[in-house]
Amino acid sequence: MSILVFCDHDNGQFGAATLNAVSAAQKIGGDIHLLVAGDTSGTIAAQAAAVAGVAKVLVADGAEYAHGLAENLAPLICDLASQYSHILAPATTTGKNVMPRVAALLDVMQISDIIKVDDANTFQRPIYAGNALSTVRSDEAIKIITVRSTAFEAAAEGGSAAIETISNNGDSGLSSYVKSELSSSERPELTSAPIVISGGRGMQDGANFAMLEKVADKLGAAVGASRAAVDAGFVPNDYQVGQTGKVVAPDLYVAVGISGAIQHLAGMKDSKVIVAINKDDEAPIFQVADFGLVADLFDAVPELEKELG
Amino acid sequence: MKVLVPVKRVIDYNVKVRVKADNSGVELANVKMAMNPFDEIAVEQALRLKEAGGAEEVVVVSIGPAQNQETIRTALAMGADRGIHIEALHDIEPLAVAKLLKAVVERENPGLVLVGKQAIDDDCNQTGQMLAALLGWAQGTFVSALDVAGDTAKIVREVDGGLEHLEIKMPAIVSVDLRLNEPRYASLPNIMKAKKKPLDSLTVDDLGVDIKPRLTVVKVEEPAAREAGIKVADVKELVEKLKNEAKVI
Repeated sequence: MSILVFCDHDNGQFGAATLNAVSAAQKIGGDIHLLVAGDTSGTIAAQAAAVAGVAKVLVADGAEYAHGLAENLAPLICDLASQYSHILAPATTTGKNVMPRVAALLDVMQISDIIKVDDANTFQRPIYAGNALSTVRSDEAIKIITVRSTAFEAAAEGGSAAIETISNNGDSGLSSYVKSELSSSERPELTSAPIVISGGRGMQDGANFAMLEKVADKLGAAVGASRAAVDAGFVPNDYQVGQTGKVVAPDLYVAVGISGAIQHLAGMKDSKVIVAINKDDEAPIFQVADFGLVADLFDAVPELEKELG
Repeated sequence: MKVLVPVKRVIDYNVKVRVKADNSGVELANVKMAMNPFDEIAVEQALRLKEAGGAEEVVVVSIGPAQNQETIRTALAMGADRGIHIEALHDIEPLAVAKLLKAVVERENPGLVLVGKQAIDDDCNQTGQMLAALLGWAQGTFVSALDVAGDTAKIVREVDGGLEHLEIKMPAIVSVDLRLNEPRYASLPNIMKAKKKPLDSLTVDDLGVDIKPRLTVVKVEEPAAREAGIKVADVKELVEKLKNEAKVI
């Protein structure tokens, strides 16, 4: 049994979520190959080859793969598919974009966003925003799977896989990349940060997120937000933690001025320790918080920053 | 240009779902149902295209039991022109849905298919991408801005690190994200008018598609409940607990 893992990267940096997908592949068991497709695949390939447990790295170097365009990547993956029993990708926006296109071209029903491997054919995945967990079995010849990164440990470093170049199959001409508007931040990435501090509608204004940033800097934390805060225009969409935003599971999650809508809880309830700061002691967020503080956030957050020294 | 919008009937997003006692699925009996919220955004976008002169007709299609006609009527009341109901009794997987929609696209020849990025019941996030694959069309997924100009469309996608701008060739499948627009409410006169709008019924056999499920649901369970913890009196106590009890800072 061989497993192909699609590597998510930004042409410069190996995407951390890929390591979690490798770890899911290890739970399935078999030879693990990583597919690196992109513009500067040389450097990424070296990083991929260093992932523990990877037997081989396949490299397709080409500008047509540089921006994760599904129309170009899907045929590339399909050409390789017959050699594999499973094809996995992290459930990042790239993985979610590309893999269903692969699955349909192969006439296979995909299993999205798995959180547990029961055996090589049976997987658990959340439905209804995590309010129910469904265990499904696939008898397809090839299993096409996306992996929820927070549900699996990251694969370690220390591998030395062989690197093999594979041929490109060109540009589909269906779509083209124009530009990105990526949020730049000195802070750790939201989905992999050990500590996340998020603000909700209670923050009242985008400028007030500076308070959270100060605390985040002291803790080495990432800053997130609820959908209400994003919809109100306080912060950009990539801050959003929740069912339709990012799913996080850090060691510590601090929810500030967040009431705790089901939508938001779906994105953070697997955090190890949850702290809620809210002035409404009836807020549903307190039902999932390990430590709740009923207080005005405009007093509590600056005090928290001071206490952290 | 004709715009096709597939809409799914799901448990209303305000309802707390319950797992059936026999672990075969979630309880759907006597539960309030509604149009998938992402699909409402897709309908709204199609209507805005039409109002701006970019589309002549908005056709909605829904797959499921007879009650799905209510979901189609909701879209017609919002302003869609015509509905197609494909009768099907059980849950249909995204791959089969994509095959049925491909058959509808071949009959209707739309210039654009607008879909919700995912349904809030199975959370699969597959149908749009699969339909694009089967048709060999471009796909614009998780879109928060859409500008159709002739045979191309400029789109903005919501991606993990922020936003991404792409240009895609038409005809295309566009899957819509939350911030694309705010769907309108149907007015009472429009709800009345919607009752007279054409709604065709088709069967799966009419379209010649095999919808047999590929996956077997072994069981559906409740997730482990998280217990509420304690309330702390002040920030000092909070920091002390996090340092010495939880040991996370």
